Amino acid sequence: MTADDRVPAPRAPQPRPRTRVVLAEVSRRDDRADRTRAELAQQTRVGDALVRGLVRAQLSLALRLSLVVLVGLGGLPWLFAIAPAVGRVTVFGANLPWLLLAVASFPFLIVVGWAYVRLAERNEQDFTDLVQRPEH
Amino acid sequence: MGNGLVVPAIVTVTLATLAIGFYGLRLARTTSDFLVASRAVSPTWNAAAIGGEYLSAASFLGIAGLILKYGVDVLWYPVGFAAGYLALLLFVAAPLRRSGAFTLPDFCEVRLGSRRLRTLATVFVIFIGWLYLVPQLQGAGLTLATLAGAPYPVGALLVAAVVTANVALGGMRAVTFVQAFQYWLKLTALAVPAIFLVLQWQADGRPAVTPPDGPAFRTATTVVVEHRAALTFADGTVRQVRPGDELTFAAGDPVPEVSGVADGADWLLPSAAGDDDRGLFATYSLILATFLGTMGLPHVLVRFYTNPDGAAARRTTLVVLGLVGVFYLLPTLYGVLGRIYTPQLLVTGQTDAVVVLLPGAALGDGTTGRLLAALVAAGAFAAFLSTSSGLLTSVAGVVSTDVLRRGSVRGFRLATVIAGAVPTLLALHVSGLDVSQVVGLAFAVAASSFCPLLVLGIWWRGLTDLGAAAGVLVGGGAAIGAVLVTVLGPPLSGWPATLIAQPAAWTVPLAFTVMVAASMATRHRTPADVGATMLRLHAPEALRL
Repeated sequence: MTADDRVPAPRAPQPRPRTRVVLAEVSRRDDRADRTRAELAQQTRVGDALVRGLVRAQLSLALRLSLVVLVGLGGLPWLFAIAPAVGRVTVFGANLPWLLLAVASFPFLIVVGWAYVRLAERNEQDFTDLVQRPEH
Repeated sequence: MGNGLVVPAIVTVTLATLAIGFYGLRLARTTSDFLVASRAVSPTWNAAAIGGEYLSAASFLGIAGLILKYGVDVLWYPVGFAAGYLALLLFVAAPLRRSGAFTLPDFCEVRLGSRRLRTLATVFVIFIGWLYLVPQLQGAGLTLATLAGAPYPVGALLVAAVVTANVALGGMRAVTFVQAFQYWLKLTALAVPAIFLVLQWQADGRPAVTPPDGPAFRTATTVVVEHRAALTFADGTVRQVRPGDELTFAAGDPVPEVSGVADGADWLLPSAAGDDDRGLFATYSLILATFLGTMGLPHVLVRFYTNPDGAAARRTTLVVLGLVGVFYLLPTLYGVLGRIYTPQLLVTGQTDAVVVLLPGAALGDGTTGRLLAALVAAGAFAAFLSTSSGLLTSVAGVVSTDVLRRGSVRGFRLATVIAGAVPTLLALHVSGLDVSQVVGLAFAVAASSFCPLLVLGIWWRGLTDLGAAAGVLVGGGAAIGAVLVTVLGPPLSGWPATLIAQPAAWTVPLAFTVMVAASMATRHRTPADVGATMLRLHAPEALRL
């Protein structure tokens, strides 16, 4: 019993200072975020580096996905040209080039587009987090 | 051809277009309503509207006609028309929306702050818009002439008048509703008859598309030739035919080989290396033009300003990609079945008519065949009306702000009438152009002028106004030169013909190279506010900067 009495005793005063610390942190974080926003808006070296990072991330994402399309679709005429046998393969009674181009290419494009939207939004989220985080 | 249901169907579509436009008119109050629908259109509506605007006469009629004529190599048209939206999504959609510009010339001014570049962009917007409007009006003339026996100018004038009135009175707010409605109409008008056509093909015992001894006429057919060609008959005789010649074939007669039309293995199989390097070049050129040209079409870009923010612009583009992807599954089916049911079009040269003639040819003159033919005709008219509305809105937009320099609703109406009159006159005087070829050239011009301007403007800080102008003038100018030679010049053969007919593979790299090189040479002209512009184009709106 005495041990139980002793244990909560040092804990009891903790909540109040802790609350104060949290509040202080929140207000400081807002302060920092505002400063980061100001740095972005005023084109300081830090703000400029942040924007360059975002642009580079988005551009490399777009280029990587275009490479996927370039290889996946752009490679087809070349493939059919150097390996005419591929064009004669039939699946379900239709020649492979017809199926690949007239049917399969559209879902492929949509999947690439869907992946881009997800990843681009993640890049933007990362950027927002970076700006709003207390230390960068 | 005397299908009594076609005219009522076309009249219904036209009236519905006007009615929805009128409904929009009651909502359109301010100039902002007219130009960008007050930026309050939801992504789903907007995506259907973009799809409705994009699927033109070339998509609805032209692709099936090309597939009927040339086979597998032209499947790159539908693939490229859809993939253009992926390129738009990857490189342009969100930053362009965030730039806050209304039109392409606006973007030039926002990014590079140059009035002269703005004027140059205006000239290109008007040229591409008119180049794209002419084949829409021609398609309308052709469809009415084929199905209802009306003289060619009737269809062209009808569409021009309806579209000009609708855009002038309702502006873009109305157009958004009209376009969304027309996407679904176009999809239905191809999908429903396609189901019946496939069932009919099953019922006919699945006739082969490329029978071993060549295609044959299924019924006794009289063909009136409309384009000069050389016919090679089954017994080896060659006959030169000219417009007006009449040929009669009995049921079961083999279809003669027509000069300039792909046959048998040529139609079925892609071009192989070595024997057809020009074919391979043309294929890659087409891929480049369609993949990169979509982002430079003025009527496509103007839609992006109606999204509430950059993220919505991206989601809208993805939905559009899905919608046009679904649509482009269908024209191929018409082109392939046309090989079986309407081989006479290969002889007459009117392959663009395959979509509107196929239901009647395959299903006969019964009620079903006539109803479906009327539905397809209605869809075709929806295609002409919607694409022309979108083009006219964007051309009228730049004419009213950059040429007339009047921001009022009256100024916009005056601009609409001016912007509509020119292509109408052109369409009445040139009727011999191939619908898809002209559209392909419009894509090539857009890909060699606005595509590099947008991509470099959005992603590269080093772009300068002089560099941009040089790239647009050299690349876009070369593409326009190719268009003029194709339309007005003498017939060419060999490599020059290929380089001129499919110019994108050399004009697009040329435009990019000149733009980058000239910008680096004039580095001191880089706008001072480029950092702020980059921040605005790429920072998410959630930051509220």
